[in-house]
Amino acid sequence: MKKDKLFFSVLWITGFLFVFLFILIFFSLLKESFLSIKSFGISFLTSSEWDPVAEKFGMLPFLVGTLFTSFLSLLISLPFSMAIALFLGEYFKTGSISKILSYATDLLAGIPSVIYGFWGIYLLVPIIRKLEMKIGVPPYGVGILTASLVLSVMIIPYASSIAREIIKLVPQDLVEAGYSLGSTRYEVIKKIIIPYSFSGIFAGILLSFGRAFGETMAVTMVIGNYNFLPKSIFSPGNTMASVIANEFTEATKDIHLSSLIHIGLWLFVITFFINYLGNLVIKKYKVK
Amino acid sequence: MNSLRFKIIKDKVFEIFVIFLSFLSVVPLFIILFQIFIKGIKVINFEFFVSLPSPPGEKGGGILNALTGTLILILISLILSIPFGVMIGIFLAEFKNRFTDLLKDFVNILQSLPSIVMGILAYIWVVKPVGHFSALSGGVALSLMMLPLIIKSTEETLKMIPFTLKEASFALGASYVSTLWRVILPASAGGILSGVLIGVSRIAGETAPLLFTAFGNPFVNLNPLKPVESLPLLIFKYAMSPYENWQQIAWGGSLVLICIVLFFNIGLKFLVEKWIQKS
Repeated sequence: MKKDKLFFSVLWITGFLFVFLFILIFFSLLKESFLSIKSFGISFLTSSEWDPVAEKFGMLPFLVGTLFTSFLSLLISLPFSMAIALFLGEYFKTGSISKILSYATDLLAGIPSVIYGFWGIYLLVPIIRKLEMKIGVPPYGVGILTASLVLSVMIIPYASSIAREIIKLVPQDLVEAGYSLGSTRYEVIKKIIIPYSFSGIFAGILLSFGRAFGETMAVTMVIGNYNFLPKSIFSPGNTMASVIANEFTEATKDIHLSSLIHIGLWLFVITFFINYLGNLVIKKYKVK
Repeated sequence: MNSLRFKIIKDKVFEIFVIFLSFLSVVPLFIILFQIFIKGIKVINFEFFVSLPSPPGEKGGGILNALTGTLILILISLILSIPFGVMIGIFLAEFKNRFTDLLKDFVNILQSLPSIVMGILAYIWVVKPVGHFSALSGGVALSLMMLPLIIKSTEETLKMIPFTLKEASFALGASYVSTLWRVILPASAGGILSGVLIGVSRIAGETAPLLFTAFGNPFVNLNPLKPVESLPLLIFKYAMSPYENWQQIAWGGSLVLICIVLFFNIGLKFLVEKWIQKS
């Protein structure tokens, strides 16, 4: 029918439009950061000098800050998210207690990032400050550690929901075979469930890493906004996303704005590859 | 026998460990909700919803500008993202080839891009050509975040519609377009709506993409071409301010924002359950 043919071609066109939108995203970022790319070249990645007055820009402090906070938050959150995944995926698959826990983690994922930041300022910062005074480092309160703690709470629901889905995909016969040989639950988890779902769980961890990598508001509020290389976990710092949030509206010079968008371009490219890889592994896993 | 007992003890210890860590990780949720409720409820009264923020140092004041601003931003992003998103969702549900596989990957990636990047894009596409900050640019940024959610929920819902339903319609001689309009879309409206609600609950709390697009505005503004305030933006600014009364407004605003997000979350669960029961 004529109408149907027309409709299908419209569907195809919207499909192409979406791909076009994606290409447009990349090229818009590339075009706007061109001034910065031309002026600094590869030294943008390796220079640790960020000085808007002298018009010298290098994003190394922010790259290091981002990697630092993302890895630390992943490390802190890993035991917790794996515990939730095992709790909901293996120990208590059904029942009201698992419903409550899964609902609570959903809510944890739903709390806006700005509220995590606000909570971080009023609850976490004073605690960290006391801790810092006790061990004798400058008591900023804000910094890499504080940001990582807030981030770790934020990525727990994310990592745990992916890991839980993967754990549920483990064939039941394998698990039952384990039990029938007299294994305890711990042994089944250690020798069957974890090895079987390892690549999927790893992909989940990778995806939560991507999440932590681009998180902006909560980090901006508690990291201390310090444009130099962070020296320790107690030192204040800045991440790629937080420096954009902090300086974008204040950037009056073209080169400053272009450098900030240049950071945004890298943020896009890095999260693109992290997510592409993570999704690829999970897709393969689900087919298996 | 000793080793068997050891095995059992190890198993029990691990189980307790898992349960303990699981519950420990939702403790922050209760601390956050409790603290915001205690501090926010003190500030909230009728006045809070219908007045503008007071200047630093003065008591009282409300969040009227932020509420209207958030509403406008959500409306704009819905208008921009629903038609496009639903169309792509239909496309992905009806066709399966290499191109749609690629599209699905792109949808997944778009969903996980950092929200601040969406802000930069809306700045490049709207703020820069127009020359000033506006609600429209904020809506564009938010619609980019909304788009993948709508696409996914449309696709998944359409795939769940029983094929017999479609066949029955085709057997009556209906064309694809009228089957879509009269059978498929009405049957999947609940699922698509739940995707929209997930999207709204997510973008209602977004701050980063609005920092340099919607920008903020101390007054009520209904013009989409002018800057508007938004609730999370107001919380961010007032929470970081040194003024006591502004921080109070931020606590009240946080409670309102949490209530909005929870309302959409719970409303959504309710809707989905009802919809599944029906089908």
